[in-house]
Amino acid sequence: MLELLDITAGYGRGAPVVRGATLTVAPGESVGLLGPSGCGKSTLARVAALLHRPQAGTVTLDGERVTGWRHRAPRARRTSIGVVFQQPRLSADPRLRLSDLIAEPLRAGGRRDEVADRVGELAHTVGLTDDLLGRRPHEVSDGQLQRACLARALVLRPRWLVCDEMTAMLDASTTAALVTVVEEYRGAQGAGLLAVGHDRVLLERWCDRTVRWPEIAVAV
Amino acid sequence: MADTTHSPPGAVWRARGRSRRSTRSVRAVTSAAVVGAVALAVLIVPPLVQLDEQAVDLALKLQPPSLAHPFGTDDVGRDLLLRCVYGLRVSLLVGLVAALVATVIGTAVGAAAAAFGGWTDRVVMRLVDTFSSVPHLLLGIFIVAMFRPGVWPVIVSVALTHWLSTARIVRSEVLSLRARPYIDAAVSGGSSRWRITVRHLLPGVLPQAGLAAVLMVPHAMWHESALSFLGLGLPSHQASLGNLVQTARGSLLAGDWWPTLFPGLFLIVPTLAIAGLAGVWRERINPRRRSELML
Repeated sequence: MLELLDITAGYGRGAPVVRGATLTVAPGESVGLLGPSGCGKSTLARVAALLHRPQAGTVTLDGERVTGWRHRAPRARRTSIGVVFQQPRLSADPRLRLSDLIAEPLRAGGRRDEVADRVGELAHTVGLTDDLLGRRPHEVSDGQLQRACLARALVLRPRWLVCDEMTAMLDASTTAALVTVVEEYRGAQGAGLLAVGHDRVLLERWCDRTVRWPEIAVAV
Repeated sequence: MADTTHSPPGAVWRARGRSRRSTRSVRAVTSAAVVGAVALAVLIVPPLVQLDEQAVDLALKLQPPSLAHPFGTDDVGRDLLLRCVYGLRVSLLVGLVAALVATVIGTAVGAAAAAFGGWTDRVVMRLVDTFSSVPHLLLGIFIVAMFRPGVWPVIVSVALTHWLSTARIVRSEVLSLRARPYIDAAVSGGSSRWRITVRHLLPGVLPQAGLAAVLMVPHAMWHESALSFLGLGLPSHQASLGNLVQTARGSLLAGDWWPTLFPGLFLIVPTLAIAGLAGVWRERINPRRRSELML
């Protein structure tokens, strides 16, 4: 279970962005989180991905209470959650070729021997050709880059996926392709998914259940 | 004129864009040519023509420029062209080494301050502010005064007083890079702090740090000249641009212009060329400024 209980989170000393939000994702379940822009969905997604420490509230992952975020979280726990962000341009290091981008989590974990196999396999899964794998982010389109970012999120076979507006920058066919990849991965690995977005039609078709923002958080 | 006013606006914009591009490439080519010529001169001339620092020929003193001595001779009859080339070599050596050392120190300090954050950042940056509040020529004079005159004390003095701005630039750049989602993605992918710094942050600040280093070369050359001019840098018999200008002061008042003009040009022209190259580089790594200008 990925449980967020009564989460209050924000940046700096100002008023918190998220106040008293509660959300649960069961293993193998896909949950869509809907809300208008600026309501704090992404912040909540970052808390769930262990990337942003909340000011209050508890996060429980597989029955264990999370006590550290970012580098204070153990590597195994950090990597059990794969994250895809909204803007592929900003979430890819501009100096890395797409193949290195996808392989980076493997290399960071010292699993160099798996790089060639996993990158080839995932490139095929997300639909990237060898030519594209050799290019740098500025030489590919947003959709192609987002495919690489999804492959990077899946390379360590995470048990949880957090997709923060993964398809907001993409056209309909790429959206469909990426959603299919995520669903096939979930079917094979039984991973839980938290999909954040503002596209009601998409999330309702994609996810087992969707929650609207006002239902999970205390009104500010 | 009539043609221009009647042509569609697109044509005017295109023409303007082309002319801008050519100005830029003219600047790049000129700067590169000058820097290349300077590099060739200081590398090739000294092994071919030995300079005897002590040689004095009073019969030839203060000769105006001629075919035998294109830059004339100084007040003890030494050929100024040769002394200028040797002086430029010393100035470039000081400039390059000092800029490199200062950039390495500045990058390390700035990146460490930004990467650790919190109290480390605050203490380190307040120290940087404290050092910056002392005029750096004064601090440089203080450092040089602790050693016997020579090239290395000058390099140490310039390097130790010039890493501060690089540290600030690198720190702010690292702070802005650290907030990018790709750093979040790396954290989530299991990268350690060290790996993120080495793999993502340092390569990201390298263009900025390199630019700072190139811009610092001429600055460091001017500092060497200033220190030598004040009599604190290199020993006064050694040909350096600062020493040349310093010795020429007396003869300038007597109306002999060449011992001042040529070392001065040798300082200014390479400075402008290096700054020109740095400007072209800056436009390459930060093209937004250019596109904003074009709007």
